[in-house]
Amino acid sequence: MSVVMRGISVEFPGVKALDGVDFALRSGEIHSLLGENGAGKSTLIKALTGVYPIDSGRIEVAGRERTFTGTADAQSAGIATVYQEVNLCANLSVGENVMLGNEVSGRFGIDWRATYARARTFLSQLGLDIDPRSPLSSHSLAIQQLIAISRAVVVDCRVLVLDEPTSSLDRSEVDRLFAVMRRLRDQNVAILFVSHFLDQIYEISDRMTILRNGRLEGEYLVGELERPQLIAKMLGRELVELDSIGRSSERVIERTGDPVLRVLALGKRGSIEPMDLDVYPGEVVGLAGLLGSGRTELARLIYGADRADHGTVQVHGSTTRLSTPRHSVEHRIAFSSEDRRAEGIIGDLTVAENMVLGVQAKRGWFRRVPRARRDQIVDQYMDSLQIRPRNPQALIRNLSGGNQQKVLLARWLATDPVLLILDEPTRGIDVGAKAEIQRLVSELAERGLGVIFISSELDEVVRLSQRIAVLRDRHKVADLDNRQNVDVDDIVALIAKEGAA
Amino acid sequence: MRKLLKHRILWPIGALLALVLLNAVSRPSFLSITVRDGELYGSLIDILRNSAPLMLVALGMTLVIATRGIDLSVGAQMAISGAVALTIISDSKTPGSLGTVAVAILAGVAITFIFGLWNGFLVSVVGIQPIIATLVLMLAGRGIALLITGGFITTITSAPYAQMSQGYLIGFPFAFFVSLGAILVISLVVRRTALGVLTESVGINPEASRLAGVRSRGIVWSVYGVSGLLAGVAGILYSSNIMAADANNAGINIELDAILAVVLGGTSLAGGKFTLAGTVVGVFIIQTLTSTITFLGVPPAVTPVFKALVVIVVCLAQSRRVREWLSRIRPTRTPTTTTTTPVVERIPA
Repeated sequence: MSVVMRGISVEFPGVKALDGVDFALRSGEIHSLLGENGAGKSTLIKALTGVYPIDSGRIEVAGRERTFTGTADAQSAGIATVYQEVNLCANLSVGENVMLGNEVSGRFGIDWRATYARARTFLSQLGLDIDPRSPLSSHSLAIQQLIAISRAVVVDCRVLVLDEPTSSLDRSEVDRLFAVMRRLRDQNVAILFVSHFLDQIYEISDRMTILRNGRLEGEYLVGELERPQLIAKMLGRELVELDSIGRSSERVIERTGDPVLRVLALGKRGSIEPMDLDVYPGEVVGLAGLLGSGRTELARLIYGADRADHGTVQVHGSTTRLSTPRHSVEHRIAFSSEDRRAEGIIGDLTVAENMVLGVQAKRGWFRRVPRARRDQIVDQYMDSLQIRPRNPQALIRNLSGGNQQKVLLARWLATDPVLLILDEPTRGIDVGAKAEIQRLVSELAERGLGVIFISSELDEVVRLSQRIAVLRDRHKVADLDNRQNVDVDDIVALIAKEGAA
Repeated sequence: MRKLLKHRILWPIGALLALVLLNAVSRPSFLSITVRDGELYGSLIDILRNSAPLMLVALGMTLVIATRGIDLSVGAQMAISGAVALTIISDSKTPGSLGTVAVAILAGVAITFIFGLWNGFLVSVVGIQPIIATLVLMLAGRGIALLITGGFITTITSAPYAQMSQGYLIGFPFAFFVSLGAILVISLVVRRTALGVLTESVGINPEASRLAGVRSRGIVWSVYGVSGLLAGVAGILYSSNIMAADANNAGINIELDAILAVVLGGTSLAGGKFTLAGTVVGVFIIQTLTSTITFLGVPPAVTPVFKALVVIVVCLAQSRRVREWLSRIRPTRTPTTTTTTPVVERIPA
């Protein structure tokens, strides 16, 4: 036994986040921790890594009872953690990040040459062939995630905690990560893995522990539990009905008259090749493709978050310049970024302030949204989107990912848009909230809203969209009509095809 | 919300009261206010009057800091507005007429407003870091002021202009009404319109604000304009006090006092949430401190040491960590009540 946690309770004012949870992590196993948002996964991890003090219970690491009063305690006990959000220093080099605190010292202070050489070794262990002297910020989020993991390897941990490490990685990067995880497992490291991707959990883990509402639901070997049972145990009810959403893709779209949005040869050098796209009222157009295929880039160009150097955009048939978000907002186009924390929420403002921000921005600074209107917006969306906790005065950064996403949706819906661009709206949120967001998108489209829907989870794209544009290597490679029942495998085949591109 | 504000501003107010108390004990005359010809006199009244330039500058600084910026050029801008106003008055044939003085004041303030916009342009459009962008004018400003006055310290005699800082209105110093007016106007504009929340939003997360359709650029641009305008008014008050345009000494180091006042009031230099009430209290702390030190007979050159002490005490008192630590050594208090903020953060996903 590498880690044994017994009867762990953690309380916050008014909330019992963990209630007498037992958890055991064995050496040489990959153990997944499962549960909806708010089930207590993060809290359990933070109790183990010394971020939160525990109110009762005991933690043993390698047979010795430990009390953690800070993350440094946990690290000295051999527990290394990689969080979902990259915790590295963007302005340092890759090598400095990897070796931070473990630099090789020479006769005159730090021996940088040796430090970088060691950094290179650690990076190559993860199959990362990058220059350790390059600045961290020059690498994609996915690579940064892998760098964060190699950092954990440097400290020679006995217990590795991976909290959603894969949420921003594409398939080949995930494979690379899994290879490293298996290697570490063979070296008898105990690995705690958290992910919202059930596929990955079944693929990589040996054992699963399920939490629900702060309590232990049970511990299972992966072979013991089929997927539907697993989901039922996580939710505490039968699988959420996705059938109603299932019909969305078959809805017939009237493609006469002017589309809400027509994009002609829109492109930007070094970002995406010129491509066309139409979205009609009531239509959900899915963008499918790997990370870096150009799907986010296209969305940002349409919205004006980045400036296109090529092509035109028509809204309701008239050519418009959407060169800044401001223009798009005026044309009732809304965009929800894939990076919720950096480009979505205003963390230190309240839920209500965040929700009204879109409307307020549109009105300009001089005309403050009247109190009555503000209350009406807040009440309406708190209820219709079931935002929890139902406290408009809570700071948004204290909400779970799923609820933050709903607040951001509310921010845009309150501006009464005609086109909604959603980039990865379901990333990093739990199964229940994912289904809710999808149902919402489907309902909005039924009421006549045009939607561009981007997701790495292809089954979501296939379930929701009437049309799917497949992107690969910054090109559009296919336009699929989803009424002919497109299969996820068809899309995968298109994405995977080694083309002339 | 109101509770939180109270909580944040509690420490600065405590520090101010402690200072006043210290003065009241060591010299009973401190609190006494006498009436002469219907005008009030006394140490407290002096503080109200003398704090006016710093108050104006610090209010502008609060807004700038809220957008993650800083304005180092305010002192130099004071010198410029004073130079412009006094040059106009001294060149005029009727330096004592109300019209001339009005034109002079408007011209001085207009010029610094334009300089403020220049700062804003460098920061929001060109994208230069605020500390560098405003450093340019901080260095050049006093030279510009000297150019305007032709290298001399222009002195004037003009009764209406003297009124600005030396005069009285219904018993109180006129300068006090100027700062009161600025406090009221800015508070109203910031809290009655959406300017306050949009400024905070830009300060907390510029990119998210831009994507939400907020005109971040316009907001950042205009706060520097406002800061310049207020510095201009402060320059008028300063030059009216000595009736001279002293380009080398007008508003010297006031940018540092202003930053200090903002921080003492509880606004973080990291930008985002700001409190105007806190800044007002911060200004009074600094002014009272200056007055205390003068009274105690400490040479003015040593004043910064005392300021530093107050800063340390107030900042420590505001520090979350220190407060947690204090609450731990006072076992009678339950830790949950004293560590509200971190606990809220801990509510799980």
